Amino acid sequence: MALSRAASSPSRAALLKPLAAAISSSLFRRPISTDTTPITVETSVPFTAHRCEAPSRTVETTAEELVGFFRTMALMRRAEIAADSLYKAKLIRGFCHLYDGQEAVAIGMEAAITKKDCIITAYRDHCIYLGRGGTLLEVFAELMGRQAGCSKGKGGSMHFYKKDAGFYGGHGIVGAQIPLGIGLAFAQKYKKDESVSFALYGDGAANQGQLFEALNMAALWDLPAILVCENNHYGMGTAEWRAAKSPAYYKRGDYVPGLKVDGMDALAVKQACKFAKEHALKNGPIILEMDTYRYHGHSMSDPGSTYRTRDEISGVRQERDPIERIRKLVLSLDLATEKELKDIEKEVRKEVDDAIAQAKESPMPDPSELFTNVYVKGYGVESFGADRKEVRAVLP
Amino acid sequence: MRTRERERHELSIPQFLRPKTISCSSLFAGVGLNNQRRPLSISPPDSVSLSRIKAALLSFFPSRALLSLSLASFLAGYCCNISNGRRGFPRIRSLHGSVALQILRLQKGQAPFSRSLSERRASFVLVGSDGRVVLDSSRARKLVTNAVATKGDSAAAISASKPGHELLLFEALQEGLEEEMERDPLVCVMGEDVGHYGGSYKVTKGLATKYGDLRVLDTPIAENSFTGMGIGAAMTGLRPIVEGMNMGFLLLAYNQISNNCGMLHYTSGGQFKIPIVIRGPGGVGRQLGAEHSQRLESYFQSIPGIQMVACSTPYNAKGLMKAAIRSDNPVILFEHVLLYNLKERIPDEEYVLSLEEAEMVRPGEHVTILTYSRMRYHVMQAAKTLVNKGYDPEVIDIRSLKPFDLYTIGNSVKKTHRVLIVEECMRTGGIGASLTAAINENFHDYLDAPIVCLSSQDVPTPYAGTLEEWTVVQPGQIVTAVEQLCK
Repeated sequence: MALSRAASSPSRAALLKPLAAAISSSLFRRPISTDTTPITVETSVPFTAHRCEAPSRTVETTAEELVGFFRTMALMRRAEIAADSLYKAKLIRGFCHLYDGQEAVAIGMEAAITKKDCIITAYRDHCIYLGRGGTLLEVFAELMGRQAGCSKGKGGSMHFYKKDAGFYGGHGIVGAQIPLGIGLAFAQKYKKDESVSFALYGDGAANQGQLFEALNMAALWDLPAILVCENNHYGMGTAEWRAAKSPAYYKRGDYVPGLKVDGMDALAVKQACKFAKEHALKNGPIILEMDTYRYHGHSMSDPGSTYRTRDEISGVRQERDPIERIRKLVLSLDLATEKELKDIEKEVRKEVDDAIAQAKESPMPDPSELFTNVYVKGYGVESFGADRKEVRAVLP
Repeated sequence: MRTRERERHELSIPQFLRPKTISCSSLFAGVGLNNQRRPLSISPPDSVSLSRIKAALLSFFPSRALLSLSLASFLAGYCCNISNGRRGFPRIRSLHGSVALQILRLQKGQAPFSRSLSERRASFVLVGSDGRVVLDSSRARKLVTNAVATKGDSAAAISASKPGHELLLFEALQEGLEEEMERDPLVCVMGEDVGHYGGSYKVTKGLATKYGDLRVLDTPIAENSFTGMGIGAAMTGLRPIVEGMNMGFLLLAYNQISNNCGMLHYTSGGQFKIPIVIRGPGGVGRQLGAEHSQRLESYFQSIPGIQMVACSTPYNAKGLMKAAIRSDNPVILFEHVLLYNLKERIPDEEYVLSLEEAEMVRPGEHVTILTYSRMRYHVMQAAKTLVNKGYDPEVIDIRSLKPFDLYTIGNSVKKTHRVLIVEECMRTGGIGASLTAAINENFHDYLDAPIVCLSSQDVPTPYAGTLEEWTVVQPGQIVTAVEQLCK
């Protein structure tokens, strides 16, 4: 199936499809997940560049990758919707910021990089954690505050971390993760790792001073940092045109090159991230603006309809939904049948339900966990309050 | 460590058992009297017997103090030599000098030179100017002659035996920093003007030429983001030292310090550790104005997950700097603008101090004075006056501001039953306030009087010199407070 099928003639397809499908499913069709022959696809819209050469619109991908995209995005979508119902059932408390609609950013980024590259983001981190290799059980256990969670139940929705996969969280204060991301890039340059750091932030955080301070330093020292603005056009309840004088976030870096990407197209995101990684390793920081959208409100306490119309939301869902795009692509390239994709979705749904059931069973953290991990042990400080009553610590 | 222990062991060997020339001053065992310049120790029985000889002679010849003392010393020295199997009479050279000094002291009504602090446990004899001899050790102990401990008495004891080298506090910090950078390539420094300029207080002087611009990073004036950058680098395993040019500027980075630095180890369930050191000078300087004279220890003390230490002498500055760098926890090291030019002799060999230990500056009996940073020197100045008035304060430099060394403090409270806290922090919610609460909670039964806390006033530091002086605690106030406490 090494054909580049930009357009296949409908009549032939109509005649041969059932026969072909029957034959190929039994004889020639290899399992869709292992087909790695390259396919070229064009992105939906061209890239807009600031101070750099835009990468080409044609993206190389494989069947395996595309179906993988579909599966993982379906998993993320399902997980977020399940989190929604868990929140309403009061099993998840506090803040819960959902990522559905923005999955393409997480997926495309993952496809372009390795686990050695670091990602750091703000509080909308569930799906990026999943993309970095986190399990559903860890996600739901952490959301419900159980011991089996990725941060042992002590972090919550906004504090997911996965050190071994290079995922640095999970931060609650808007914009505070950007200097941290620059620090990650600094360490990579210091250690001469040949890897890059992606610091994700939103259009709301794009007006923080810390961003520009960090950009200045990154550009000054040519740090391999890629700043990704996930522009979902609303900073909680404030539309971007009401908060920013210049909503062209990719240009706000001024002396730092920028690229505007369609954030609902996973392949465009992948292409942009690959380009950015090469650029950052050679020339220093670059800003990527992902034009994306979130279906839910800012968090579970926000209905999401007071500052935008339902028509707008459903319009985006119909025209630009990332999962639908991949589904159409897969079907048009005949990489899987409608039924297979539906099976995948069912499978994913079951997986999510199982994980939730398992997470519900897992225990709450032990009360002694209140005082663990405040300090790193080895310097003899396990604090039970600020004052130590025991024998003094011994230095190694 | 072993070297230090050996030296301490050496010190405990009686002076005349060592193969050196015996001098008269060994009888009186004063610090600085003998030509070896070493605090001496004499085993108690010998000294008492010698003193008794002296006393006996004096009682016979009260008006001939000079003659009897010389004679006594001479005879006693001879006896010592005999008892040690050596021959000959003691050296005459130092005899007259030391005897003259003793005479002077007698005329003043003071006791002859007693042993140094480390040997005060032994009994010694008080000889009055009328020749009356008092052998009561407890009463003798009250009139302590060696009032002011040199800065870091333990350091003096150690460094006196091994020469060490003399340097200023900022050089001590630099030495500690350089040794750690040499030892571990992951240690790096970042801050404003730390590189090419050498640091605004010269702590990082010369390091940039030695280690390069990336390891000693000159940052732009963006405290929030370069502190955040340091924390991000620390998350990956680097060990950055972030220098705030003044502690007050770190208020801009407070969000990063509180939320990311302090909390990340906890909220990530132990995945990340933040081995960062945040250091900088704070405190009231010489008419620097309100914004550059802030006492901000209180602001940082409630952040869970960080440790705070305050250095006060070159010895503990170097030790604490090294300990802070080696610690896997975020440490805030508070220096003081006015202490950078303190000179002290510190040991040549490598040493690291404990981050959670307090330093006993001057052991005492009557009252425990807890202090840190610059106020230590005001307290020691007040201690001189207090000793002359007959009080015996115990001075502890708490060094570790978070967590408190309640072990040392508690033992002291159990001994003296009175506590005075002298600090430069703000009165409201300051370190003293927390310490008062901690001591009250834990050692209430041992207290004979309410804890008195002297802190700086709750005002922005004024520019005018006289007003600025009264913002911080002055030695006179400390003396008055002790007198009130010990009534």
